[in-house]
Amino acid sequence: MGVVLRGGKILDKKGERSLDVAIDPDGKISETGKKLEGDIEVDCSGCIITSGLVDLHVHLREPGNEEAETIETGARSGSLGGFTALVAMPNTEPATDCLAVVEQIKTLGNSSSCEIVPSAAMTVGRQGREMVQMGELVDNGIGIFTDDGTGVQDPQLMRRLMEYSVGLQSRLGRPVILAQHCEVNELAEGGYMHEGEWSSFLGIPGQPSEAEELMVMRDIALSKMTGARIHFQHLSTAGSVQMVREAKASGLPVTAEATTHHFTLTDSACSCYDPVFKVHPPLRTETDVAAIKKGLKDGTIDAIATDHAPHSQHSKEMPFDQAPPGMLGLETALSLSLEHSGLDVPEVLELLSWKPAQIAGVANRHGMTIEKNNSANICVIDLDEKWTVSGKKMASRSSNTPYEGWNLRGRVRHTINEGNLVVFDGESVQ
Amino acid sequence: MSIDIEIPPMFNKHLLGIEGMTREQLELILELTDRFAEIGKRPIPKVPALRGRTVASVFFEDSTRTRLSFESAARRLSADTLTFSAGSSSLSKGESLRDTVEVISSYGADVLIVRHNMAGTPKRVSEWTQASVVNAGDGCHEHPTQALLDCYTLKQQRGSLDGMSIGIVGDIRHSRVARSNVLAFTSLGAKVTLIAPQTLLPDFMENWPVDVSNVFDDVIADLDACYLLRMQSERQSKGLVPSLREYAKDFGLNARRSLFLRKDALILHPGPTNQGVEITAEVTTDERSIILDQVTNGVSLRMAVLFMLLSPHESTQMDEVK
Repeated sequence: MGVVLRGGKILDKKGERSLDVAIDPDGKISETGKKLEGDIEVDCSGCIITSGLVDLHVHLREPGNEEAETIETGARSGSLGGFTALVAMPNTEPATDCLAVVEQIKTLGNSSSCEIVPSAAMTVGRQGREMVQMGELVDNGIGIFTDDGTGVQDPQLMRRLMEYSVGLQSRLGRPVILAQHCEVNELAEGGYMHEGEWSSFLGIPGQPSEAEELMVMRDIALSKMTGARIHFQHLSTAGSVQMVREAKASGLPVTAEATTHHFTLTDSACSCYDPVFKVHPPLRTETDVAAIKKGLKDGTIDAIATDHAPHSQHSKEMPFDQAPPGMLGLETALSLSLEHSGLDVPEVLELLSWKPAQIAGVANRHGMTIEKNNSANICVIDLDEKWTVSGKKMASRSSNTPYEGWNLRGRVRHTINEGNLVVFDGESVQ
Repeated sequence: MSIDIEIPPMFNKHLLGIEGMTREQLELILELTDRFAEIGKRPIPKVPALRGRTVASVFFEDSTRTRLSFESAARRLSADTLTFSAGSSSLSKGESLRDTVEVISSYGADVLIVRHNMAGTPKRVSEWTQASVVNAGDGCHEHPTQALLDCYTLKQQRGSLDGMSIGIVGDIRHSRVARSNVLAFTSLGAKVTLIAPQTLLPDFMENWPVDVSNVFDDVIADLDACYLLRMQSERQSKGLVPSLREYAKDFGLNARRSLFLRKDALILHPGPTNQGVEITAEVTTDERSIILDQVTNGVSLRMAVLFMLLSPHESTQMDEVK
């Protein structure tokens, strides 16, 4: 006998039911029912019990920048945020562009509190010039390729990557996903925030929405040409959302994610000149925020991701142009989504767990219903708990949250990863 | 004769920009500048008003003129001066901006005069030091002391900016001088027209209190004052104008075009001038040009600013100014 989650209400794709959940030490749900018994009884009264969250977009900084984050601390941060699977972005140092680095990340991930799902770069060194050894990586289970941090600029190379990836689908057993960070460098170059009224007023050079939209437009056209499975990362503009909506309506195999910061913050936040609000793509306008929320609601956007991007304090205590872009997200994503997305609770869970689990290729163990014999990757949420965001208190090695001091409602009470209790009563279990 | 100078408590600890300043605050500084201009005319233009205080120039971007103007102002007030100059890139060698600021502050400076090639840096600096911070130019954002000395110079000529029509010509997009002057001129009652090719205008100006023209010749005859901005040669290589030659032809103030400028109009330039581009030599020395007055007034204005920032906020008896 193992852990029993007692007194909560299960909420999954099949709906709501008040049942206890018993978990086997081998990582499976052994039973759901009334008044179950176990060695460890975990109080879930007043809480919902659902599948662990899945983040399609996380920077864990290891290998290469362990001062900002490690796989261990990033995973712990994820567990506290209710996540049980994190897709690690390949902009490590060295870039995750070959099997050796993938294996290192997998090994480090094995002893962490979340499942770490490595993605690999599309091009060698993320330089946008040559394809990585895609076949070898696919044969070792890599299903997502991305040069995140930058988009593949060369349209011919992008076309070839798409064609090549289609040919690898049978080897993977599912579509190989090319995830694009859409940004045309020449238009975005020298811009440190969204180009708009605020950038003109603040004197910070901006980058226009069109820098993102032109690449979304290009990749939709190339997806139509090649049939490749494209995933659009962190959509930030109203125009991008509309193009993806139309692409889906015409039957193209595309999906998209939006980050929590792109539907909770706007470019006006940069008026304090604090680079904690500097991020790529940049925070946009109220209009864009409204369009992203609409896209979340109507299914245009398939997943809420964090783009969790830890940076050391000293690297952010720099002039706006010199500070690196990026902000923390893992420990605030669920609360912000519950309160500020305009979605109801099942919709939030769909976008944070059930659908991203499918895109990440982990739907056989994450984002599942809470039923006997399913993997015990579970998150228990207290929808009413109020808390105040503090970067210093986060498990991340960095503290660059743009939500410092925000009062939020709804918080993760317990997280179970592969049957192990990794967060108990809001605290990490070491 | 002693001078009573009353510094009202509404004045802020820092001078980071014209934005956020009231018309009353601007007028107060201009009034105070009059008193300090008088000191500049004395055989020994020095008073002990800020004796024992330290003014540090913290220049992450080269600027001989602005730094000299501030340091002259500080010395005329008997303050000690420190100079820190470093290319902004030295920050990227490991030390954060905050570290740099904390080290400089520990030398005991009372005021930091900060120039940086990125907008907002003086504001960030002000969050990490006990000293007052003066923005001496931050990227494409603001250059408040330049705007104040420009207002002072115009007021000296005309008595008031109320109702004046002022054209600002040139690279508005990259100009901190233009941003500060739009705010200052309009706050003091002037009407401002920005004159530039579309590529040298900011991308979004819907809420700016200005008129805009892409054709200098259309509006030149209506101007009471014509403020020319420095045109940098790199704008051509960045693809913002076809050539400096074409820019000079369409937007430069040359002898021929200056005939269309009213006889009583004024010509200003923040310096250093690019002779033959935005202005020609004969226009620089035209009797309508008040470019040298701007330089002279710069020192008096900066004396006023330093004095205001370093004085206690209650009424100050300035016995030393005799």
